Amino acid sequence: MSDMNQVVDRIIARHPGEKNLIPALQEIQGELGYLPELALEAVAQRLKIPLSRVYGVATFYAQFRLTKPGEHLVQVCRGTACHVRGSQVIQEALAREFGGDGRVSLEEVRCVGCCSLAPVVVVDGRPFGRLDPQKAVSVVRGAL
Amino acid sequence: MNEVRLRIDGKEVTVPKGTTLFAAAQKAGLEIPHLCHHPALPPSGICRLCLVEANGQLLTSCYHEAQDGMEVQTDTQRLRHLRRLTLELILSDHPQDCLTCERNGSCELQRYAYEYGLEKNRFVGPDHARRVFPVREDNPFIRYEPEKCILCGRCVRVCEEVQGRSVLSSVSRGFFTRISTGLEKPLTGTNCELCGQCVAVCPTGALTEKARRFQGREWELKKVDTVCPFCGCGCPITLHVRNNRIVRVSGGYQGFRLCVKGRFGLAFVHHPDRLKVPLIREGQKFREASWEEALDLVAARLLATKEKYGPDAIGGLASAKCTNEENYLFQKFMRAVIGTDNVDHCARLCHAPSVVGLGRAFGSGAMTNTIEEIRDADCILVTGSNTTEAHPVVAQEIKQAVRRGAVLIVVDPRRIELAEWAHFFLRPRPGTDVAWLNGFCHVLLQEGLWNKKFVEERCEGFEQFRQAVEQYTPERVEEITGIPRDLLVEAARAYGRAKNAMIFYAMGLTQHTHGTANVLAVANLALLSGQVGRPATGVNPLRGQNNVQGACDMGAIPEVLPGYQSLLDPRVRAKFQAAWGRPIPAAPGLTVVEMFEAARAGQLKAMVIMGENPMVSDPQIAHVAEALAGLEFLVVLDIFPNETTPYAHVILPAASFAEKDGTFTNTERKVQLLRSAFPPPGQAKPDWQIIGALAQRLGYPLTYEHPAKIMEEIASLVPTYGGISYARLEKGGIHWPCFSPDHPGTPYLHKDQFARGRGKFHPVEWEPPRETPDREYPFILTTGRNLWHYHSRSMTGRVEGLVELSPEAYLEIHPADALNLGIEEGKGVRVSSRRGTIIVRAKLTERVPRGTVFIPFHFGEAPANLLTGAFLDPEAKIPEYKVCAVRLTPLED
Repeated sequence: MSDMNQVVDRIIARHPGEKNLIPALQEIQGELGYLPELALEAVAQRLKIPLSRVYGVATFYAQFRLTKPGEHLVQVCRGTACHVRGSQVIQEALAREFGGDGRVSLEEVRCVGCCSLAPVVVVDGRPFGRLDPQKAVSVVRGAL
Repeated sequence: MNEVRLRIDGKEVTVPKGTTLFAAAQKAGLEIPHLCHHPALPPSGICRLCLVEANGQLLTSCYHEAQDGMEVQTDTQRLRHLRRLTLELILSDHPQDCLTCERNGSCELQRYAYEYGLEKNRFVGPDHARRVFPVREDNPFIRYEPEKCILCGRCVRVCEEVQGRSVLSSVSRGFFTRISTGLEKPLTGTNCELCGQCVAVCPTGALTEKARRFQGREWELKKVDTVCPFCGCGCPITLHVRNNRIVRVSGGYQGFRLCVKGRFGLAFVHHPDRLKVPLIREGQKFREASWEEALDLVAARLLATKEKYGPDAIGGLASAKCTNEENYLFQKFMRAVIGTDNVDHCARLCHAPSVVGLGRAFGSGAMTNTIEEIRDADCILVTGSNTTEAHPVVAQEIKQAVRRGAVLIVVDPRRIELAEWAHFFLRPRPGTDVAWLNGFCHVLLQEGLWNKKFVEERCEGFEQFRQAVEQYTPERVEEITGIPRDLLVEAARAYGRAKNAMIFYAMGLTQHTHGTANVLAVANLALLSGQVGRPATGVNPLRGQNNVQGACDMGAIPEVLPGYQSLLDPRVRAKFQAAWGRPIPAAPGLTVVEMFEAARAGQLKAMVIMGENPMVSDPQIAHVAEALAGLEFLVVLDIFPNETTPYAHVILPAASFAEKDGTFTNTERKVQLLRSAFPPPGQAKPDWQIIGALAQRLGYPLTYEHPAKIMEEIASLVPTYGGISYARLEKGGIHWPCFSPDHPGTPYLHKDQFARGRGKFHPVEWEPPRETPDREYPFILTTGRNLWHYHSRSMTGRVEGLVELSPEAYLEIHPADALNLGIEEGKGVRVSSRRGTIIVRAKLTERVPRGTVFIPFHFGEAPANLLTGAFLDPEAKIPEYKVCAVRLTPLED
């Protein structure tokens, strides 16, 4: 945990003051992969911002995550094109299959920009298109 | 031009510039629907319900200011349509369980839904099913139903702006936005003070008092306006009562501001431990008795004592918890019926030095100014007052003043909560206050920052004072106090340069053998700066008990008659003798501590104790126990059995604050009406009736049909209460002095001249405390209160939630000291002084400086006052609670 404190201290030193809360959180997440509770408490204490407000900001922005990410990031596109081609059932299938698996982080994203391939799932940055629930599950399984 | 004229719904209104449209409409007698707006909070414009039309534009009236020549419409077809839509959207995710909701009948959303005829919900979507938030009750007092929350943000703003805590925030986003604490912690895991201001301002049933659940709907509750019985803030409260039980509490300072004790801590009134029948001791046990038998016995024993040993063998302790009328009767009973001036009460133990010191400097020992004036101060000096915990509402005002730009100077050995808000935080060694106060004066004189005109025109004794402070250079002050010289100079300059500066102090200054000197030093500083006699200035001793000011005003102290009229003045004595029909004993009587010493010496034989618990609250408890055990007769009037009642021969059951009429005078000299909400339990009676019945048995008529009649008598004898009557108090509190029925009362004192004529400087020298640390007892112990409890806990110790929040005594110790001694967090420590030993758990905290430890004095199981010494201030006779030397040893297990 002292590692985490060092990370927070180093980053806060670069971003002193309340107005730098968001950049500080971004950098901490950049280094740690997410925002652990203790990091939020440390930020609140160092920047003298109420913890409630730090937590409010961290939960407001989609870019911040408060749980440790899995080794693999699976992003299901829920944009319009993917939606009409059944991305919801794909999302549900993936959640059923990998929801409790710590190795996988499931995320919902809006349009990844390859609508012609809809429905799309991005696994560790690599897009897979024209999926159905079964195919999607096997694509993710293949990545593990 | 400072005013603007506009028309609202065709009505012409003129308002000061900067007034919001909402407030302007209110002035025109128009009410605009609103949910997020609250008069005490800055506008937020969240709910969109208060939209108005101005020249075709839609404006949120809570936010926008009135402009000259504006034409405003508040109730058009278009506005009604918009408001309806807004309400429908709010209601779409609000559970409609009004049947069992506690706010049924007082819910602001329900009211508008009804007004706008919203029967069906048009907006239902798949996300509604996902928006399931659990109810949270993981704290003793507040129930939170997030689904009923309409995100108006009042709770967030009140916590930040008024309470200064910022516990709550809006979290997550979109459909899933909620109000939450940081990291979803329970309130008890945050810095929340459980004041419940959030509950008070919540427009719906999202935040409610846990205890009220299913205890009565709004229209079934009887409302009784009265006064909070805890601290000297004296907040007006409204009891909501059903079936003779308090269901909830509303009201407060400025209509909604209370602390945890006032809002949630009144359940003690209904505790089964309440004394309900007179009790007479037989051997080691008590048996129930009739009022007749008990009163006959008390009267006979007091009479026998008086006849055998003389009236001065009897002593009485009145009570700062009882009403003015009761204290007046009590001292009248002691003086006119018994014939002794041996009457005192716990004011001796808190602000006797203020009464003496400020009396000598200004001519009046009370707070010079009022709580409401804090908002206009531009410098506030707080010393020896842990205001946040002991006077929560005053602390709120101070923090609000700081938010508005006032400079805050905190001088305290402990890093109290207000220190977080301070621009200057000075940490003197305990018992060195005269030195830094003189140091402040020295700096002001050196730098020409003193008010020469004020000193010349309104003060006396300046030269001697000037010479006395000459040696208190910042260097010397640093040596004595440990305050870095530069910090002292900067802080003194901040005070000296302020336009309006207020000083607040409490027991941290008074509870010393040199308490009177401390108070005089404070008075010197204010005189030197000319900070007396104007609004938002002054010297303000924060009084501890709800009615400690009143009990002193009523003469329940041995040295003066009611209204601080001199016992030695023959004209005064003649006045009281004529009114009371009995000679007034002229020799000042014994003070609290002196009474116990006299009892130990066998001179005092009998005592009457009304609503006090000296076995916890007095210093050197072992001596108190010895004194009480040696009495031939002791009668105690109280609402609960306590640590003192086992020593009584007769215990008489009294009515609590909620069960009687009367008046309390708060710390700012405001006399307020206390009203009975229901009858006392069992056979308990108000103290004024008990004293009356007792006096009658001793052959003196002291019965009144109602406390209002007692107040009439007080008004006729006490000039400062001369214009006070129940009829006037019905309309609101009055600050004394109020000399006549048409006198408006006096919010701030010493306006054109001091009560004593000229303000008087008193040269004072620093002297070390009586007991300083040595090899054998190397630590300084200081004692005090915490937020959750009141004094000896006979009330708060019977409120489950408060006990949960603060279950037992603890020792605050600096982590470095703890490490040296091998003391660990939460482990037992044996704390010994020359007078006794107690065992408490350690709490490691940097709130206390190294070398100093703190123990709250509330807990009878580990009474801090077994340790303290009964060393007295020579003039005010207050004991030194704030400094004694102790030794600490970690417990093996």
